[in-house]
Amino acid sequence: MAKIELINICKKYKDETVIDDLNLTIKDGSFTVLVGPSGCGKSTTLRMIAGLETATGGEIRIGGKRVNDTAPGHRDVAMVFQNYALYPTMTVRGNIEFGLKNRGVAKAEREKLIAEIAEIVGLDQLLDRKPQQLSGGQRQRVALARAMVKKPKVFILDEPLSNLDAKLRNQMRTELIQLHRRLGTTFVYVTHDQVEAMSMGDEIVVMHQGVIQQADTPMKLYHEPANLFTAQFIGTPAMNVLDTRDAAGLSLESESTVAKLGFRPEQAVFDWGGMHEGYRLTGEVMTRESLGAENIYQIKAPGGVFFVKTFLEPLREEQTVRVVVPYEQLYYFGPDGKRLYGVRVQERQLAAAGGV
Amino acid sequence: MALRVLNVLCLLLLVLVFAMPFGWMLSTSLKTLPETMIFPPAWIPKQPVWENYAEAWKTGPFLKYFMNSFIVAIGILICQALTIIPAAYAFARYKFAGSNLLFGVVMVTLMIPAQLIFLPVYLELSALKLLNTHLGLILPFASSAFGIFLLRQGFMQVPEELIEAARLDQASEWKIIVRLMVPLVKPVLVTFALFSFIAHWNDYFWPLVMTTNETARTLPLGIAKIREVEGVATWNVLMAGNLILVAPILVAFFFSQRHIIRAFVYSGVK
Repeated sequence: MAKIELINICKKYKDETVIDDLNLTIKDGSFTVLVGPSGCGKSTTLRMIAGLETATGGEIRIGGKRVNDTAPGHRDVAMVFQNYALYPTMTVRGNIEFGLKNRGVAKAEREKLIAEIAEIVGLDQLLDRKPQQLSGGQRQRVALARAMVKKPKVFILDEPLSNLDAKLRNQMRTELIQLHRRLGTTFVYVTHDQVEAMSMGDEIVVMHQGVIQQADTPMKLYHEPANLFTAQFIGTPAMNVLDTRDAAGLSLESESTVAKLGFRPEQAVFDWGGMHEGYRLTGEVMTRESLGAENIYQIKAPGGVFFVKTFLEPLREEQTVRVVVPYEQLYYFGPDGKRLYGVRVQERQLAAAGGV
Repeated sequence: MALRVLNVLCLLLLVLVFAMPFGWMLSTSLKTLPETMIFPPAWIPKQPVWENYAEAWKTGPFLKYFMNSFIVAIGILICQALTIIPAAYAFARYKFAGSNLLFGVVMVTLMIPAQLIFLPVYLELSALKLLNTHLGLILPFASSAFGIFLLRQGFMQVPEELIEAARLDQASEWKIIVRLMVPLVKPVLVTFALFSFIAHWNDYFWPLVMTTNETARTLPLGIAKIREVEGVATWNVLMAGNLILVAPILVAFFFSQRHIIRAFVYSGVK
């Protein structure tokens, strides 16, 4: 087990700076997910931890020890690759055994470890098969077994579920969470899928263009996004964002300029009997998506297009709808995308705004 | 359907073109000398004359020729494996200063015909006292530009993640090459080995130039000598000698054809 520290990390490819001055501490025993759109530097960060990429500047520490110049095999990390990277010419046993052999583990000990691991991931019947003879889910298990058998301090997983079909992905997700609990090892997981990040991680690092946008627990990210990027990246559908200039009927009082305001689709309520207090919007329903338990509406208002999500309510058929968002559920952002706190809605304007 | 029939017919015709000379060689090797001259030619000899093989074997120190050929062809193979595998791996996987230039130089050597360099090589081997030795026949072919090129292509198809996974598994570069990369490019390697073996087993020109006595002389030179016996071309004995010459190649091909077919329909490592 080990804590991972990235201190002032830079990564440059020739003239292009991929990561500039990144600082991050990954807690010992945590399940940390690096998430962001493709090209945000999350995989590069992961590969630098594994030692497959060298940092152009800064320091990487695993368990308090500087590892910048340590070869990947000696960092005590194990990695699961997106395409599993199983050795095609070796059997399942050979795949799991390879790392042990290279470490000089004795034969009897190796066999004991392999039997143990195979049992845990359910591969005991398949040890003499070649990877080509296995299904996607089985290959994934072999990749996990190969990583686990080394009993590493850190597990690194690079989009390990993206090659699986939806059902299997959900199943493996649960299994990975259980595996993490069982091993108690530090997991560093990369994905571009925020749903995966939210459901698995106990610590999420949102990255964009090589910069950490926010590193927090899933609930903090959802409820307290630090900036516009995080707000719009986390959640399905994403947070609705309107330009304050287009937000008619809302007068705000703040020390700095409020450029945007946002609200979560699931916080908006259809203003049925005018009972609710808050920011009111009127618009035309463009699309309706019904997923059974939840419905998602895309609504076009004069201020812009936004989404509303309802739970366990019948699908609404009307063309024009009135929606209200409680004031405490509004988020405000400055021109630079930073979250603004302490913005007040001017009470005097409320009555007028209510009639829109 | 008609297209299929046509397809098969074309293939049969091709097989015939390639197989006929071979069949003729086999048939002639079992005839008496007068039988080889009759017209119209007969495909099946009246009474197969197996003695032709014994006679061919007796025209010279054939066991020695055979051993020489074997030592030289296998020696070349071993040297080539030792040189081209690391070279191809380096060219495929490392980016180092001058790598492109060096690879260019390797490729250029492919275009230099043997006839152009045999004289300087001869002088060099002579100065090193390597004429009439096995080493003298092996060393000039100890590496192969064609092999480096072929293997480099094979190595380049291996996904980078496999190597990275092996590095994380604490494998040394040598181990990565031997345990991971070589098994992955086995079809390519076997094909190259067969090409190389055939080329050097059958090679006539180079041993002819580099040997002046029987110590290191190879089989093709021995076969060529059958012709000179008694001033008459004893075709039946000559063909028997030729069959002795190609037999090891046929055996080698028989055992490696599965890999060769795979190498040519190679669609990358999955």
